[in-house]
Parts: sequence; structure tokens; C-alpha cells
Amino acid sequence: MPEKILQVKGLKVHFETPHGVVRAVDGIDIDVLRHEVFGLVGESGCGKTLSALSILGLVRSPGRIAGGHIYFNGADIVGKDERSLRKMRGAKIAMVFQEPASAFNPVFTIGYQITESILAHQKIGKKRAEELSLEFLEKVHVPDPVRVYHDYPHQLSGGMKQRAMIAMALVNYPQLLILDEPTTALDVTIQAGILELLLEIRQEEDVSMLFISHDFGVIAKMCDRVGVMHKGRIVESGAAGDILNNPRERYTISLLESVKALS
Amino acid sequence: MKELLKNKIAFAGMIFILVIIAFAILAPLISPYDPTQIDSKDILSRPSAKHIFGTDTLGRDVLSRIIYGSRISLSIGIIAVGIAVLIGIFFGSVAGYYGGKIDSAIMRFVDMMLCFPTLFLILAVIALLEPSILNIMVVIGATSWMGVARLVRAEILTLKERDYINAARLMGASDCRIIFRHLIPNAIGPVLVSATLGIGGAILIESALSFLGIGVQPPTPSWGNILMDGKSTLGVAWWVTVFPGLFIFFTVLSYNLLGEALRDIFETRLK
Repeated sequence: MPEKILQVKGLKVHFETPHGVVRAVDGIDIDVLRHEVFGLVGESGCGKTLSALSILGLVRSPGRIAGGHIYFNGADIVGKDERSLRKMRGAKIAMVFQEPASAFNPVFTIGYQITESILAHQKIGKKRAEELSLEFLEKVHVPDPVRVYHDYPHQLSGGMKQRAMIAMALVNYPQLLILDEPTTALDVTIQAGILELLLEIRQEEDVSMLFISHDFGVIAKMCDRVGVMHKGRIVESGAAGDILNNPRERYTISLLESVKALS
Repeated sequence: MKELLKNKIAFAGMIFILVIIAFAILAPLISPYDPTQIDSKDILSRPSAKHIFGTDTLGRDVLSRIIYGSRISLSIGIIAVGIAVLIGIFFGSVAGYYGGKIDSAIMRFVDMMLCFPTLFLILAVIALLEPSILNIMVVIGATSWMGVARLVRAEILTLKERDYINAARLMGASDCRIIFRHLIPNAIGPVLVSATLGIGGAILIESALSFLGIGVQPPTPSWGNILMDGKSTLGVAWWVTVFPGLFIFFTVLSYNLLGEALRDIFETRLK
């Protein structure tokens, strides 16, 4: 059995509202093994993104982690203090967001932001960090990396921005990469390109991925194992092929049928 | 910048402001007389080739006094607004970023400050302290930061939900770094507009204070106290009040036009 990079046990994220407690994530278990891609699939609002944010310790008031444990490399990160979380974020776990348009700060250049991210976690000189940023921009196949390095976010297309975002997520050699619907905001041809890139990264780098999507096509292409999430719970999980071909739960079946009905 | 040049009225305002700033900087070179030089033989003389804007009750050249006065009035306007912007950005960003109780406490304090009639608050403070130029700058700044604080808070509230702030937090950035490095630069546009509009307001407040005799103290000329010097002889010598009045009017107008133009530019760019 390969080692577990990430082990989420009974995670609960609750929101205290004036109308009572909302159980947005209600006791989920996820295991991500080393070098595998685990897909989290479900409809909008079922708690996928929130699960990801809690793994990074980014759940903010009025939401809170109400129970459960998140073991990363064997150590529980629930209840850890802000300072040690800060060291772990970005360096060991990185995230690619859904909306590339808002994932970069509009007032700084792409290169500046990638370099800043390197300098925050690696003890290397500024010059070296800049070279490294360029290397990673090349690695994600942006045409003319030098130009992109000096561009501001609004000067790039969505697909380019997402590639740059992936470069920024990879610069600190994370062990776990969380991808929150990385292709949803892009059109189909660009989407295919990004997925190719992610598969390539998977081949070359020693990184596990937690891939969040509502798109079964994407999940089928990318993932080794899948968890189907519904109303804050994981209703079914297992090898991607099994789930997609022989779903057992009613919810999974109806979800798959709704996709078939469309295509 | 290009868009600013396209708006002709705002451009005229900008030129006027630049001219006044040049006046202020080059005052000793361009003013024809010493602004405090009393000439008892030449009092209240009409505008003429010798004294373009005439002379006041003590025979001082009004043009020279206006030119030197622009130093005081502009620097009070700019520095007072600078102080207001710094205080406003600080409180606004802290309130917006942390939210909750800190936000409530700061915003209720802002509401409280807004309840005071500004001019009377300033009068009271100046009455306690002495009416020096520095005190006037600080007092105007300390009583006009609330608008900026509200503005910055509102901007931060929307900006802090953006993914790049999450990304920065993910990167391990501290709260302080997120606020100053990532949030404030993105919130600065509206602040710049409000500051430009605020300079006009601050110049007006200074003029009002000096006119009431509790602002800049004579013989140092400011636009407000030149006006005050002229009010007793308004019936016989209109030039002593009208010219500084016009300068105040056009300077404030120019700042307002420039501010409006900047607002148009930022609103189209950011939205």
C-alpha cells in the first residue's frame, strides 16, 4: 500500500447563521495516496471547494471546522497554529483556483508574483528565484515566457493565466496540488490543453493531486480514484473506472444519467 | 494620463493647478514685491502697471501676497489631505479586513466623528492649541479622514474575497503583508479621487479659518487672511478681496474638476 499523503477523517465544516447551523461539509473521508490523482465530483454547492479550503486551513468566519482530522504526511493540521500553517501552505500544498481572472493580483506582473511566491518559501537569492520563475513558465508551455513574465494579468488570456497559475502553484515543489475546477472557466479547446499539461506534470513531477470538478468527462480523463460528494457527504468512492461504469449509489447513477441525457 | 488629456475641462484644471504650484515653488523669484513690505505712501492703490492687483490697507502688494499665500494655502491643503488619507487608509483597511467587532468599533467611531460639525470641532481644537500652520494641517487632517476610511473599507470588503488574496494567504503571506502589499494598492484608485477632491475642501477650510482670524496668523499671508484684511475696506477697495477670492475659487474648482475626471477614469478601468 503506497503511503497516504493526505488523509481526511470525518471532516465537518459548519457555518453558524442566524437561522441555525449549516452543515456545509458533514463528515467526509478522503485519502489521497502518493502520486495519485483523486477526483472529488459533485454538483455546485455540495461542499467540494469548502473541503479543499479547509485542507489549507483557509475556512473563515462564520465558517469553522467543527470536527474531524486532516492528516497531511501523518501530522494533523486541524487546530495547528497560524504560523506553522503558513509554512506548510504554498510550500507543501498548493492550489489552483477556478477563476484564473481573479487568481492574480491585478497590480503586479505575473513574474513578480511567481517570484514572490518562491522567495516566501525557498531560501534562494532573488536572481535565482527569477530564473526559476522563468523555467516554470517554460515548463507549463506558455509561448514567449519572457514576455509573459513581464505582463500584467489583464494582458493574458484566460488559458494563459491558468497556465501561469499552475506554474506558480508548482514553483515550490508541492507534494499535494489542489485543483479547484481548474478548467471550468475556460472554453473547451483551452480546457483540453490544460488537462494535457496536468497529465504531463503528473508524469514528470512527484506530486499528488486532489482534483475537484463537476465534469465527469474531465474526471474520467484525469483521476485514479473518485469520491462522489452530495450535500456535504461523500456518498460513494472508489476507483474511477468502477464508479463511472458501475455506480452503486442512487445519487451517482442519477448524476451520470443526467450527463448522458445531455450528450 | 491620455484619458485625462482628452477631457478638456479637467485638463484646464490641471494646468491651473500646475501654475499655482509653480507660483508657490517660485514665489521669491516671481513675486514683484516683498509680501510683508509696508508702504504707507501707497495704500489702497488701484490695480495698475506698478501693482497689478493693487495694494491693501498697509500698502502691501496684493499680487505678491497672493503668490506667497499660495505656498501656505496649497501646502495646508495637500498635507492636511495627506494626513487624512493615511489615517483613513489605516482605519478603513483594518476595519474592512478584520471585520466583526473590530469593524463595528472603528465604524461606530467614524460615525461619531461624522456627527461633529467639522468647522466647530476645528474651532474648538484651535482655541485650545495655538493657531500655527502645523496645528491647522493636523487638525484639518484629523477631522476629515472618515470619508476615506469608509471608502477604503468598502473596497477592501469586496477585494478580500478575491482568489488572489486567498492565493496570497496560501503562499503564507501575513495579514499585514496582505493588507499593505495586496489589498491597498488595489483600493488606491477611489482614494486618489477622494484625496483630489479633498484638497479643494481643505483649502476652503483653511481660508474660512484664516478669514475668521484663527487660521494662519498675520503677517504671514494665506488666501484666507488676505480676504480678511480686505473685508473692512470692501466698499472702497474691491481688489483686495476679489483677487484672492478668485484664486481660492479657481483653485478649488480645478481640484474638483480634476477629481471628477480621475473618478471617470478609475471607474471605467476598474469596473
